[in-house]
Amino acid sequence: MYEPVQQGKILSGIWMTIILSFYCLILSVVIGIVGAFAQGSKNRFIRGFVQGYIQFFRNTPPYVQLLFFYFALGQFTPTFSPDGWLEVPIISNVGWAIISLSFFAGAFNVEIFRAGIEAVADSTKEAAESLGFSRFQTFRYVMFPLAIRVSLPSLNNNLINLVKTTTQAYGIAVPELLYQSVTIWNDYPSAQYPTMLLVFVVYILLVGVLVMSMNSWEKRLRIPGYGQ
Amino acid sequence: MLKKNAETIVSIRDVHKSFGQLEVLKGVSLDVKKGEVICVIGPSGSGKSTLIRCINALNNIQGGEINVCGIDLTDPKLDKLELRKRVGMVFQQYNLFPHKTALENIIMAPTMVLKQDRAASEKRAFELMQKVRLEGKEHAYPGELSGGQQQRVAIARSLAMNPDVMLFDEVTAALDPETVKEVLVTIKDLAQEGMTCILVTHEMGFAREVADHIYFTDNGVIVEHGPPKTFFNKAKDPRTKEFLSQIL
Repeated sequence: MYEPVQQGKILSGIWMTIILSFYCLILSVVIGIVGAFAQGSKNRFIRGFVQGYIQFFRNTPPYVQLLFFYFALGQFTPTFSPDGWLEVPIISNVGWAIISLSFFAGAFNVEIFRAGIEAVADSTKEAAESLGFSRFQTFRYVMFPLAIRVSLPSLNNNLINLVKTTTQAYGIAVPELLYQSVTIWNDYPSAQYPTMLLVFVVYILLVGVLVMSMNSWEKRLRIPGYGQ
Repeated sequence: MLKKNAETIVSIRDVHKSFGQLEVLKGVSLDVKKGEVICVIGPSGSGKSTLIRCINALNNIQGGEINVCGIDLTDPKLDKLELRKRVGMVFQQYNLFPHKTALENIIMAPTMVLKQDRAASEKRAFELMQKVRLEGKEHAYPGELSGGQQQRVAIARSLAMNPDVMLFDEVTAALDPETVKEVLVTIKDLAQEGMTCILVTHEMGFAREVADHIYFTDNGVIVEHGPPKTFFNKAKDPRTKEFLSQIL
């Protein structure tokens, strides 16, 4: 465990987990915002599309999604050849993990933001409309800023889940923390329990940092004289 | 109050409006001239709020015609933006944006919708805050203001768009009695400056004092209308009489 090679594995695993989590968090929130905006569209097909997306990604296991993205869709992605011999797909397994997990968590985020938007009074929206705001301006400057404040606690939950779900990228050989740990205890069976313990501790710390930053964000968004 | 020759700014002709099976407006007609102050009164559910909301296309109508400042609201290609630049609206629940300060509430529409310069909008916002007698509260959030103060910010916010007509939808109904007056004074100032105002209100004293013309609605139709003196003293229709006897 304290051997440099193993230590390197753990550190690079933690780093990969952080990278995965970071991109997935950002992307899934972006998907959530865009989806929530599209849900308010006048166009029936756009609304139907968002609904279909949510149903698919929310109602199927993320692990299967991951495998499907990597193995099924991965076959059809174009490849490039750096040296004339190798064929490297333009989306790596890390890329697929980020895409798949972001869409998975994004589906929940759309619903979380939708609930937040529904909590904003219709009359507030009407006030914006009657001042001549476009639908986008109403969403961007009035509805979303208010909705996010309502949504934060559930968003918090979903993002915590997302960080933990990144362990499933193990299934497509993304060298994140769990993957690295398994290689360690496959080589050194005696290291199995301590390594597991280490994985727990790392996740507790990672999620702790996330929760703390979300809480401080929540505090910063607090509006004087509004809510409690 | 010489408004005899003024142009008609809002014209409503035989307007019908239903929500599902429920017919709320059953053929309402009225005209408002530039600079006039109109009060619409009547019992709850008589369609007065629906009527006023039709004037800035928050509700669309199923029959009849509405023309506001030369804009035909029944036109399927209605430019709502153009309409809303002309018509300001103040709501019962103020509907300020709670995450923005009073000043930001006022400058949002001018900068984003009219694309005015921020500095100029701010200067105007300070003037408007003075006009509604709220100088010094520019940086307060709505949650830090009383109901009456919030409502006056809402009025300033509408005025910042330089509308030709102002709609007031029961703007004092949610206020406690002491703050009602400060809002009414603000509206009265506006009326005296010649702003065209259409008010839905339960403030009979105010209607009597400020309105040029009063419309009484009941059950989706205008039952009776006239200048305040005639309306309050010589109401003819039994329904008007009954309503007035309960209120006055």
